[in-house]
Amino acid sequence: MNAFPFSAITGIVLRYFYLYTRNGLRAFELFFWPLNTLLVWGFLTRYLSQTGPGEVALPVTFLLGGVLLWDVQFRATQGVSVSFLEDVWTRNLLNVFVAPVRTWELVAGFCAVGFLRVLITVPVLSLMAFAAFQFNILDFNFWLIPFFGNLLLFGWSMGMLANALVLRWGQAAEGLSWALPFLLQPFTAVYYTVETLPGFLQPVALALPSSHVFEAMRHAMAGEDRVGQGLGVAFGLNLLWLATAGMVMHWVLGIAREKGLLTKVATQ
Amino acid sequence: MPPPLLTVQNLVKDFGEFRAVDGVSFALERGEILGLLGPNGAGKTTVMNMLLGLISASSGRIEIFGQSLESHRIEILRRMNFSSAYTSLPGNLLVRQNLAVFAMLYGIRDWRSRVRETMERFGVAALADRITGHLSAGEATRVNLCKAFLNRPELLLLDEPTASLDPDVVDKVRTLIRDTQRESGTSIIYTSHNMQDIELVCDRVLFLHRGRVIRMGTPDEIKASFDSASLEDVFIRIARGGDLQIAGDQ
Repeated sequence: MNAFPFSAITGIVLRYFYLYTRNGLRAFELFFWPLNTLLVWGFLTRYLSQTGPGEVALPVTFLLGGVLLWDVQFRATQGVSVSFLEDVWTRNLLNVFVAPVRTWELVAGFCAVGFLRVLITVPVLSLMAFAAFQFNILDFNFWLIPFFGNLLLFGWSMGMLANALVLRWGQAAEGLSWALPFLLQPFTAVYYTVETLPGFLQPVALALPSSHVFEAMRHAMAGEDRVGQGLGVAFGLNLLWLATAGMVMHWVLGIAREKGLLTKVATQ
Repeated sequence: MPPPLLTVQNLVKDFGEFRAVDGVSFALERGEILGLLGPNGAGKTTVMNMLLGLISASSGRIEIFGQSLESHRIEILRRMNFSSAYTSLPGNLLVRQNLAVFAMLYGIRDWRSRVRETMERFGVAALADRITGHLSAGEATRVNLCKAFLNRPELLLLDEPTASLDPDVVDKVRTLIRDTQRESGTSIIYTSHNMQDIELVCDRVLFLHRGRVIRMGTPDEIKASFDSASLEDVFIRIARGGDLQIAGDQ
């Protein structure tokens, strides 16, 4: 009857494994939006390549790289935030909070779900990008691992902050929880360089690890040698963001226990 | 004499200016079923949530299994469980999948056999491959109880387990709880607005009103102290504001 190591994390992952494997529509949702985005940007890229001057070819492939890597961050965020919301929607949150699950185990379980979502969608997207637009993600070589790693870490931080918002303000904050990745997207230099932003917004962009990853991606595609430096900065920022998100989550859980918000969110 | 399984000492909970729980103290012995009664707003749910660690106390102390809940929450929760009419297991999973997930969350090593054994005990083995959200209210209650007994809890908190069930199902669920409790020796804290439930299931009753304990004793003692024939009558008199002498003042 004693606990076995990581049983709580296994339980959380198992729950989502069951959810996605027994419901075709849920699995469809995993692929629909990223494939839709890829196709739109892919065809736009092709159009610009065909109609623009010769030197346009490289910048437009940046767009496809951006689409693929953005999905990594987005899926990681959603893995954490939507997994939590799923428990709110199904009125299961109290059952989870009264189970012997530590906060870090809950967060680690959600992060693992986010990681698995990335593992499932990104290969499919990459194959599609290669088949339809001859964009080979493997051209990033070994840089692909730190690109993915950094975006996963930042996605998890965003997911934790989104969950803190829902815990503190209830279902009223659900919309914000969904929108959080898109609120950051204009500042995170997915499809354009940080320099493109107005001067006063550039510090905002530079404070986001993902901006450094997307900049590094463009350097890698252009064959420049500043890739490692950008990824190092991204990793350092990620440590700060993770620590901050963890502290915010811990602080909000304390407030939720003091004000009785857990039961309100769970039964509303 | 063994120490009580649960000791609550002078528990207070303030939500801003509002005092929801005001100096509640009680103990629960091993194998005992204690009914928590009181009108809406009496503080039952707040006390229950504090026992589960969902709400922190403003002051006072909760000790379960001889350990402070504040500092040993996870170890304590591992030996407890909870079921409420106001929560549900994820409706989009099969019954056996839900139970497997909770067996993992509770760290049950022999989870496959335990899930099977508990489903048989609660008569839901035939529902194993049904979608949880498609169950009737009675079936869902039995599955919730199945989850609540999965980890062989020493302490079980049941929040209105028979709410919104028809009398036939209420009777069956009540019998199931009582029989399983007798076999397992689990201590139970039980809230209900069904006074018959309380009389038939609980060994002792704690009456709360406006956050304070106003009576504590066996159902017969409570009825006798109010010179009343039924707990329902006692409940109505308390809810309407009469007979509010506090337990400690008796």
